[in-house]
Amino acid sequence: MKCLVPIKRVIDFNVKVHVKADGSGIDTENVKMSVNPFDEIALEEAVRLKEKGIASEVVAVSVGSNMVSETLRVALARGADRAILVEHVRELESINIAKILKAIVQKEMPVLVIMGKQAIDDDCNQTGQMLAALLGWAQGTYISKLTVHSKDKKVEIEREVDNGLEVLTLALPAVITVDLRLNEPRYISLPNIVRAKNKPLNIVTVQQLGLELKEHTKLLKVEPPVMRRDCIKIKSVKELVDKLIDDKII
Amino acid sequence: MISKGILVLAEHDNHQLKRATANVVSAASQLPGEVVVLVVGMECEAVVEAVSHLSQVKRVLVCEAPSYAEGLAENIAVLVAEFGKAFSYVLAPATTYGKNILPRVAALLDVAQISEITRIIAEDTFVRPIYAGNALATIQSLDPIKVMTVRPAAFKAAPMVSSSAAPIQKLFFAADLKLSHFVTRKSSIAKGPELSSAHVVVAGGRGLQKGENFGLLEDIAQKLGGALGATRAAVDAGFVPNDYQIGQTGKIVAPDLYIAIGISGAIQHLAGMKDSKVIVAINKDPDAPIFQVANYGMVGDLFQILPELSQELAIRIDKT
Repeated sequence: MKCLVPIKRVIDFNVKVHVKADGSGIDTENVKMSVNPFDEIALEEAVRLKEKGIASEVVAVSVGSNMVSETLRVALARGADRAILVEHVRELESINIAKILKAIVQKEMPVLVIMGKQAIDDDCNQTGQMLAALLGWAQGTYISKLTVHSKDKKVEIEREVDNGLEVLTLALPAVITVDLRLNEPRYISLPNIVRAKNKPLNIVTVQQLGLELKEHTKLLKVEPPVMRRDCIKIKSVKELVDKLIDDKII
Repeated sequence: MISKGILVLAEHDNHQLKRATANVVSAASQLPGEVVVLVVGMECEAVVEAVSHLSQVKRVLVCEAPSYAEGLAENIAVLVAEFGKAFSYVLAPATTYGKNILPRVAALLDVAQISEITRIIAEDTFVRPIYAGNALATIQSLDPIKVMTVRPAAFKAAPMVSSSAAPIQKLFFAADLKLSHFVTRKSSIAKGPELSSAHVVVAGGRGLQKGENFGLLEDIAQKLGGALGATRAAVDAGFVPNDYQIGQTGKIVAPDLYIAIGISGAIQHLAGMKDSKVIVAINKDPDAPIFQVANYGMVGDLFQILPELSQELAIRIDKT
């Protein structure tokens, strides 16, 4: 059973982001970039499936500029067997990323696509669902548990939903998107970093995949939010309750 | 652009309409065209009845089939795409329900989906938070059908009007792709109001030290008629179940009063609560970032403050 794991390169989650002064976007110059944390969890799950003998091969794929190959090397060090970079310069909407991934799926024929439920930069939470729709496959989003029943060609998943947990079975092939509590990704060891340098990383272009991508949205402006409030320091519980009653809040 | 109207996908559990739907209807009423609500499920008469009384709703479409009973995205998306293509907008709440289904609808319609809009600037221009709310993006849609999830907390809920009811139209379209199957649901039994629509939220973080201590918060929440919430750290530590989580990857809330207890204020948490009307922070660390977004801050030991607060509320709330 082959697993495909889409990876997104994002600003590291520990970095405080800054909006560019001209409002055109977020400053990414000289900023630490990492694998999207949800994608790390997805990759860890795929690697664990391989270690258990359930997955035969783990292929990582990403879309972006040449810089993304560095991010894919990290994925290889984390246990992916090989990687594919689809080169593209313009920032793409989720629907276009889903179309690219569909083309890769049709070439690679994985049984399971495991990916993060959202990227921590645009917080869109769309690509997995869109890919599943384009392929006509089952989708399991926000999963916190995965059990593969290879013989029956299905998986059982537990999903984190607004009012608790939901258990579904999905017919294979399927797309699943992972939530935070599925697993804890391991640390990368030095020998694995060295080994990753020799693993195959193929580069293809959108044109080679035979795709023509439309523009669906225009980013007009990015601005910082108003967050800060003038905090009044309260000394006693009585004072706090007074304030809340004065404000007609309670 | 001549609007062909707005189709809103209602969220419900076949028995009760989820409040978030009323928030989406209110957002829809800011767009040009007629607001039509689609109820998809099985034996959901009570939901249809409630939707028909929502202010601004001009028509209710109902489609019932066993394959829609459990909210499976694959089946519902086919239906929503089929009927949605006659509209200019297709909206759903940005909850796990809406976020699961709507991207699938957009892909079937070959358009983009715009996630979690918080403001409508023009008929094709919308604001949505990115980077966990550290930035706001203004986005223009170029698509003929705008498929969008709406952040419920950003729009006031449309009121119920008992005097009039929108006409109801039944649809017969049973999609059953048999791709996924429902097994079971494990709902955590939360006391009090639903977290995402509560007027008061009392939330705890790692500072609570253990799960049992959430009882202190529950007591305060109960006295204020509020709901209990938590940070990711508290959920990961096993203090409370995952559906209590507020933040970038959990629930987004904007109550009238948010009391943050033992919460340092990680940016991912602030993303989920910073639009609350009044924020109270109680923390022992005076430099905790939570104080930067709070209206009222109390520095001190929560294990001392909470019992006092509980007592004070018991006395004062009866009097007021």
